[in-house]
Amino acid sequence: MTGQAMMPGPELRIDHLTATYRRHPAVHHLSARFAPGSLTAIVGPNGAGKTTLLRAIAGLHKADEGRISATHADGRPARLALLPQQAGMDRAFPILCRDVVLQGMWSRLGAFRAASAADKARAEAALEAVGLGGFGGRPVGAMSAGQFQRLLFARLLVQDAALILLDEPFNAVDARTAADLLAMVKRWHGEGRTVVAVLHDLDLVREAFPDCLLLAREKVAFGPTAEVLSAANRLKARMMAEAWDEAAPACTAEAA
Amino acid sequence: MIDALLGPFLEFGFMRRALVGCLALAVAAPPLGVFLMLRRTSLTAEVLAHGVTPGIAAGFLIAGLSVPAMSLGGLVAGLIVALGAGALSRATGGREDASLTALYLIALALGVTMVSLRGDTGDLTHLLFGQVLGVDDAALLLMAGVATITLPALALAWRPLALETFDPAFAQAEGAHGGLWHMLFLGLVVLNVLAAFQAMGTLMAVGLMMLPAVAARHWSRELSGLAYAAVGIAALSAYAGLLVSYHLDLPSGPAIVLTAGLLWAVSVVAGPVDGLLARLLRRPHLAG
Repeated sequence: MTGQAMMPGPELRIDHLTATYRRHPAVHHLSARFAPGSLTAIVGPNGAGKTTLLRAIAGLHKADEGRISATHADGRPARLALLPQQAGMDRAFPILCRDVVLQGMWSRLGAFRAASAADKARAEAALEAVGLGGFGGRPVGAMSAGQFQRLLFARLLVQDAALILLDEPFNAVDARTAADLLAMVKRWHGEGRTVVAVLHDLDLVREAFPDCLLLAREKVAFGPTAEVLSAANRLKARMMAEAWDEAAPACTAEAA
Repeated sequence: MIDALLGPFLEFGFMRRALVGCLALAVAAPPLGVFLMLRRTSLTAEVLAHGVTPGIAAGFLIAGLSVPAMSLGGLVAGLIVALGAGALSRATGGREDASLTALYLIALALGVTMVSLRGDTGDLTHLLFGQVLGVDDAALLLMAGVATITLPALALAWRPLALETFDPAFAQAEGAHGGLWHMLFLGLVVLNVLAAFQAMGTLMAVGLMMLPAVAARHWSRELSGLAYAAVGIAALSAYAGLLVSYHLDLPSGPAIVLTAGLLWAVSVVAGPVDGLLARLLRRPHLAG
């Protein structure tokens, strides 16, 4: 259903990225390289810049400094898909589940082209794959938080992107839904896609995510999960996140 | 009976023109109202309607009660206010309602003052409440022309607008040019407000756009269904409102808006989606 296995996925490079809110950095001089086909968790305290980093990668937050590139081995730019947190969406909007899934084909259908019978079949299959078979004709407003998250995964599935960014994908869903959605993430990993997920559940990260970026505005540690999530690193991240200096002077660090 | 329902339209050309004009409005404006409601920007329509007033008044001062002059003035003022409202919205991070309210109060006061400089109370009533007698051929052409432009333009903008309203971050990430479509949409709202002004006046111009849209909420759970329901309610309001206006000798704008208001109340009570009656008649729940 998810199309061809794409070996290997794109490499995601971040060079000296700084992204700010009113000049205060949310992400500060971050450099990191996510290998093709890697499965990486981003963890860190609240306000550590995790969501900002994903939004910057997706082009939704303008970087103040630095470069972000996501390219395949042959230099083609990778298509990416972002699963945002649910808060930004209007869940009372009068739209049917089927149509939400079809939104995932925007890059192909755009504003005007009609969805073919095959496209609609793909949408139904995606709903089936996330455990929402038969929900196509239901309005979004009638969905629970867990069902809505499954629906967004169905849209991601249809987007068929090589780089997938997930912002707290398992928040507010029950254990069974989380397990189903995690299985889907693992399948994307198996297909060679590059996946980056912001997560809070460290046990889950240790268990399912080979690589980990510990973020507290700056990079605290990045690499194999077991090494990154040491007690020392986690303490360091907590200390760094709590500092907020209203009268901070201009940063003079080398921008490279 | 038949005579009361059809007589005025068979007998008088101005009633026919008013009906045709209002039906054109009723087809074009309510779908825009549905989007305004879903975007939680119902106030924007009100602001645009009052914002065009100084422009219309300027047209009136220069050329008297001339449809082209007043429409042109209104169009210029409306576009300025639309751009200003958009800028305000961005500057205040979406919490623009207070500044917008300030803006439309100023615009309305300015428009009324300008008309009072030269016109009499009749002109002022015409400006504020509209006048069926005022729908001459030029006004009718404007209303029909606006509907003719609005429907295809909205059909083109439908999908991006729906996507941007439902999930703005996704639309932005997919490069759906939500901002561009939104500007086109606001342009359409300005045009429809101008057209509505001819029959309904500047105080009531938004009535046929917003009230049917709000009422439609109780008739459908789906976007296209909302649009159809809103158009149906608006067309009925236009017809019944004109009849009431004729028989009871009321200004046409308030009569149409009051009819739409009545239909809204009926929808709240009897509509199948979240209507009061549906909630009272507790039907047994389904098995699954």
